[in-house]
Order: sequence, then C-alpha cells, then structure tokens
Amino acid sequence: MSIANLLQNWSRYRDTHPYGGAKPHMGYKWAMAIDMDICTGCNACSVACYAENNLAVVGKEKFLNGKSMHWLRIERYWHDTPEPTDPLQLTAYTASGAGKHFPDQGAHFLPIMCQHCEAAPCETVCPVGATNHTQDGINSQIYNRCVGSRYCLVNCPYKVRYFNWYNYQDPATENVWPEPLNQQLNPDVTVRSKGVMEKCTFCVQRLRAVMVDARTEERLVREGEVQTACQQACMAGAISFGNMLNPDSRVGKQWIEQGVNIALDVQSKNEHVGDNTPKRGYRILENLRPYPSVMYLEQVRESSV
Amino acid sequence: MTLKIKDDKPFLRDTSKMLWDGEPAHAEVKDMSPHISFAQITSDVVNSLENPRPIYWWAIAVCVFMIAVGVACEVYQYRTGLGVSNKSNTNVWGVYIASFVFWVGVSHAGTLLSALLHLTHSDWRKSVFRYAEAMTTFALMTAGLFVLVHLGRMWQVYYVMPYPNERGVWSNFQSPLVWDMFVIGTYLTCSSIFLYTGMIPDLAVFRDNIHDGWRKKLYTFLAMGWQGTDRHWRNFRVAYLTLSVYLIILAVSGHSVVSSDFAMSQQPGFHITSFPPYFVVGALYSGNAALITVFIVLRFMFRYEQYLNMDVLRKLVRLTFALAMIWTYLHLIEMATVWYGHDTAARDQLYFKATGAYAGWWWLFNFLAIVCPWVMAFRRWQTNLPVQMVLSLLLNVGMWLERWMIVAPTLGHSHYPWTFDFDQWPSFVQWGILFASFGWFALLILIFCKVFPAVSMYELKELNYARKVEAHHALVGEPATKGAH
Repeated sequence: MSIANLLQNWSRYRDTHPYGGAKPHMGYKWAMAIDMDICTGCNACSVACYAENNLAVVGKEKFLNGKSMHWLRIERYWHDTPEPTDPLQLTAYTASGAGKHFPDQGAHFLPIMCQHCEAAPCETVCPVGATNHTQDGINSQIYNRCVGSRYCLVNCPYKVRYFNWYNYQDPATENVWPEPLNQQLNPDVTVRSKGVMEKCTFCVQRLRAVMVDARTEERLVREGEVQTACQQACMAGAISFGNMLNPDSRVGKQWIEQGVNIALDVQSKNEHVGDNTPKRGYRILENLRPYPSVMYLEQVRESSV
Repeated sequence: MTLKIKDDKPFLRDTSKMLWDGEPAHAEVKDMSPHISFAQITSDVVNSLENPRPIYWWAIAVCVFMIAVGVACEVYQYRTGLGVSNKSNTNVWGVYIASFVFWVGVSHAGTLLSALLHLTHSDWRKSVFRYAEAMTTFALMTAGLFVLVHLGRMWQVYYVMPYPNERGVWSNFQSPLVWDMFVIGTYLTCSSIFLYTGMIPDLAVFRDNIHDGWRKKLYTFLAMGWQGTDRHWRNFRVAYLTLSVYLIILAVSGHSVVSSDFAMSQQPGFHITSFPPYFVVGALYSGNAALITVFIVLRFMFRYEQYLNMDVLRKLVRLTFALAMIWTYLHLIEMATVWYGHDTAARDQLYFKATGAYAGWWWLFNFLAIVCPWVMAFRRWQTNLPVQMVLSLLLNVGMWLERWMIVAPTLGHSHYPWTFDFDQWPSFVQWGILFASFGWFALLILIFCKVFPAVSMYELKELNYARKVEAHHALVGEPATKGAH
C-alpha cells in the first residue's frame, strides 16, 4: 500500500506555489484582515487566544528569556521622526527627552500571528511533514507528527511559531495549570506536550465545528457563523475573519477594496486607483513571497494625511 | 646505501629533537625508511596493540569522564525538556546544530586521504589513511548523536525515514533535513564498509600472528578467510578502488547537503548560494587539522614514530595550509557577495556579526581560522610537534566557532527588529554535551587503535618495497623507475 502511495501520489509534491487561494473545489479560503487604524493595542486578542487555545502562561522569567507561547503577540513600534534641523526646535526636541521616540503620536501596534502563508516557508522544510496546507487555506500543525527539529521556526520570516521547551502540564517540573486551573482548559483543543512546535491555527476547532454543520446541511459556512477568539475579543472590531471566497464576507470585501491580491507579491498600497482613495492594505514581508493570508490596513496618522 | 635526504640544509630541519627524546634518525627519510623489514612492520603494529604508553589508559579515563558529563546533561535535558539548554523561540538552534556541522566536517578529511589521495597515487598517505578513515566513521557517529540531542522528541526520530506504515504517511522529501538523513546515513554506511574492506588483509595478518584469546577469535572472524592469494588481491583491489570512487562523491555531496540545511532556508545569513563549496572546503580544512592532532597523539601514544614520521606530517601540514587558503578565499567571497548583494536583511546580518553582540567571537574565529594557518606556511614550524599540536587544536576551535557563528548570530538577527534576540548564551547543558562529544570521539579512536591496525601494514609494506627499490637504484647508480604502484 505504501509502495503504491509512493508511486501514485507524486503529483502532490509537484504543486506550484502559490495556489492563488484555495483549491477551488473546497469553496473555502480562510483569511484575515486587521485594521491598524482601529487597533488600540489593548492585548485583548492575545488574552482571548491564551484562553481559547490552552496556551501555557510561562511566567516572567521564561517570557523574558524568549520562551513565551503567545500565538498572537502585539508588536509595539514608536513613531520614528528625524531630528529637527531648526536649532530652536532641536533644543526643545532634546529637552523633551523624546530622543527618536515621538510620544505625541503614540505607538504603532502590530498584532502578529501565524500569517497562514499560501507558499509557507515552514511547510517545505519540515522533515516529517508535520506542518501542511489544508485545502481550505490554513497552515496546519500536526502535533503528533512533530519531532521538534525546529526547522520551521528557523525558516519562518515572522517567527510566529512557538516551541514547547518544557512539559507545561507536568506537575513535577513545570505545572502551568495547577488545580483548579486545569478546569479552564478548552476541551476542544489539545494540550501540547514537550518538544513539539505550535502556532496560531485560525481557531481551527471552531472552523471545523461549523464546517461539519454546514456540510450536513449541504451548504457552505455563512459569513458571521464563525469567529476566531481574537476577532471575538476585539472590542473595536479591528479584526475581520472569514471565507474570502464568499462574496458576502467582510474580509473578502476588504481584500478587494484594498486591491490586495493573495497571489501577488506587490500590492497597490498608496496608489490612487479608481475612486481616488489611497489604498491601505499590505501584507508583511511580502517581498519574500510567502503570500500570507493576513492583510493589514495601514494606520493613517494626522501627519500623513 | 644512502638515505634520501630532501634538502641540503639539515640544520634548518633539525626540529625533531624538540620533543621527546630518542627521536629516531629516520625522521629525515622520505615518508618511509627502506631499512625497515616487512617483519618489523608487522611486529611493530601487532605490538602497538598490546603495549601502548601508560598515558593511553589515562586518556581513556579522561574520555570516560567527559562522556559521563555529557550523559548527565542529556539525561537532565531529556527529563526536563529542551528549555534547560537555554534556547529561545528566536535562537532555536544553537551549539547542537553547530557541532553537528562541525563533526560532519571532521569526517571529510578521512575520505579525502583514504579515497581521493588513493586515486591520485599519493603514496605518503599510506601511513595515515587508516586512522583517518576511522575518524570519518567515528565523526559521523558523533554527528548523528547531535541530531538526536537536538530533536525535541528524539524518541520519534524514525518519522524522518520513509518507512512503510498503515497511515500512508511519508517524510517530506522537500526538506533538507530528510536529505541530511539520507546522505549522512549513506555516508556512514559506506565509510564503515570502506574502513572494514581496507582492513581485511591486515586483519588476516593479525589472525596469523596472534595465537590465543578473544583477539584471535575476533580477527579470525573478521578476516573472512583471507589467504592473500593472487585472486584475493585482485578482487580486493577492484573492490577498494570502486568504494573509494563512490565515497568521494558521497563526501562532496554530504557536506553540500548539510550546507543546504542553511542555504535552502530564507533566513538572512543562511540564504547564501556559495555555501556548498564553502562548507565542503571548510570540512576538509577542519578535518585535516584534526588529522594532525590525532597524528601527533597516536605517534606518541602507540610508538608509531617510524611510520607517522616527520615527512608525512610535513605533507599533511602543507595540505592543511592549502585547504585553509581555499577556505579563506571562499569565506571572503561569501562575505563579499553579501556585501554587494541587494538583500538588506542579509547585509545587516553581516554588520551585526562584525559589530554586534557576537563580534568578539566572530573576530576570534576569523583570526584563528584565517591568520593562524599562516604558521603552517613556514618550513621550520611544519614539523615542530608542539607547535603543530597547539596550532591544529586552535584551527579546530576556530572552525567550530565558524559553525557557531553561522548558527547563533544569524538566528538572533532575523528579518525585522521584533524577532531579534541577541543574549541567548547556551547553558551548561549545551556546553556539557559538546564537551562530551570530544570525549566520545576520542574514546572511539583510542579503542579502535587498540583493537585494529591504526596504520595500514600492507600499504606500508608496499611503500617500503618501493623505497627499497629506490635505495637500491641509488646505490648502483641507476634511475629508479618503479614507484609504489
């Protein structure tokens, strides 16, 4: 059976990237859009992710040591302004102690989770095929298959994969969920053991639940039927998530509105196209051509308007 | 009868008396003295098995201690998790992968000497290639251990192999790690077979010269009924030549595949086209330096002064120097391509190596691996044993640092600032396991030399015969026409 598998299934290694969306027969391409104009950097999405996906809270020491497990992290960047050339302004600039930071304009926030790239760099390098692309456009991670070579994380340009450096459910060493905290674990999600890689799954347990329902009713999942945990927790509604191939979906409309094509690596950001509205959509590190499934909408500053 | 003295200024070459008294006069001969009889070669090698110098047992004790340290570290890491090695989600690889590349590199010199120089009929290799070939096998075994230690779930390492299973799941053939598995596995298998095949005539000599005990049984079994007939020798020559040709291909492809672990990824600093030749030459370079270290140790420990002599050492040192220069060129050209390239992330990476948190180590490695080999260019130092001992160790420290400088600063300095992480210093667990790997490698070599012929008797006899013919012709005043082959 395995020999036959070897001889027959070579076509699956010959797929050319990018797919340009999902395999068409599935009818699904899960995608996300995050509007940075609305995001306040409140971290609620990150907390919701911890609760939904049984992420280990590793503690301050390990967090500072770079062993944190936040599948969704809020990156914070300060607005970088050049030093004023006018001597008077320069004096005020130096006296304010601002340095290169410009606190008047506040920070930029960038929520980063797995970008579910269509041509994911992590997938090609995994020796055991533990990370794969599903037919509905999700970059999946199979914990049982992972041997912990960590090559996927080396090749991930966003570094959004998180390794289980310890056994976080072992009462003897690292007990992250002591009694009664283990009662809060989400029964739909595996608690990962030591030595495996994990990352954002687009809350695949929720997706699969509604997809099964939809399939029994012989239809596709409707817009609004499923939300990711981060999307649900975002009080400002900055995160939109859904099936991009569904013409009613908010995320699909946003991608079209912003002129971001999943199969292209150069977008029309800041170009005035059609209605003369500047486009804000971009994807991070697009020049590496991983074709991510998460689009960000650029924050518009007073100074840049 | 006159000995062939290679230059007319013997006082300049009189460095052989600088270490260990009783340096024999034939340090001056060309690779092999014609005055040694065949029987003496046999008895010297057979006796070296039984009575090495007492320091041999001290060395064994030190090796066992080093291994014990590493085993303790690994048990701790296995039970607690890889976190105790102090890596982070940015610095996911560390000393383990650097050491893996280092040990695969050390293995390459053996193949160079035993296979490539066999094809080119370089006769001086005949006294050193046997232990060099053993180093190939043992270095690969050491490298394999680092793969296991590195994995998060080493108990499932067999997932990497495409074995038949009821799930129909195969390993991912796109991944360089799977290529690694294939190439290292093939290389280890073939180098073991090559090592054993080349030893069969010598094992038969042992079988015939040792009359009782477990050694007799072992050699009788391993010699496979070798009789030394004409037909045996013909078949042996063909088999050995075939294997050596095959092994050269494996050696070149081996480290090229290891380099593609890095070059195939898109991490800035790894994604460099010139990595395969750079890695292969670096492997030969550090492997040759290791050969010199083992050369000096074996020469003293097993009293091989007549066979591992100064002329052979000089040639080894010259070979190492040549490889060091080729490697230096490739190293500089690699930096130049990054410098002139349009990849800003990779260029920042290079700046970071030279000026950032790892700058001290980076400059130290550049000094050790580029500047230090120039000592080998000077004839007066080429056969100075203490100098060559220290130098060869320093070169290997430099080459280990080179591999670590490929892994550690590169992972710490990725595409954009949020993923930077400079201050992950490996914990004692990583250093302990690295420490143990040297003990493990040295222990295997020491045991090998005590059980198997560490110098090849039959090839030495061939060489000895050739030198006798030359000496005879020199005496009667005719040009010698016949070489060792």
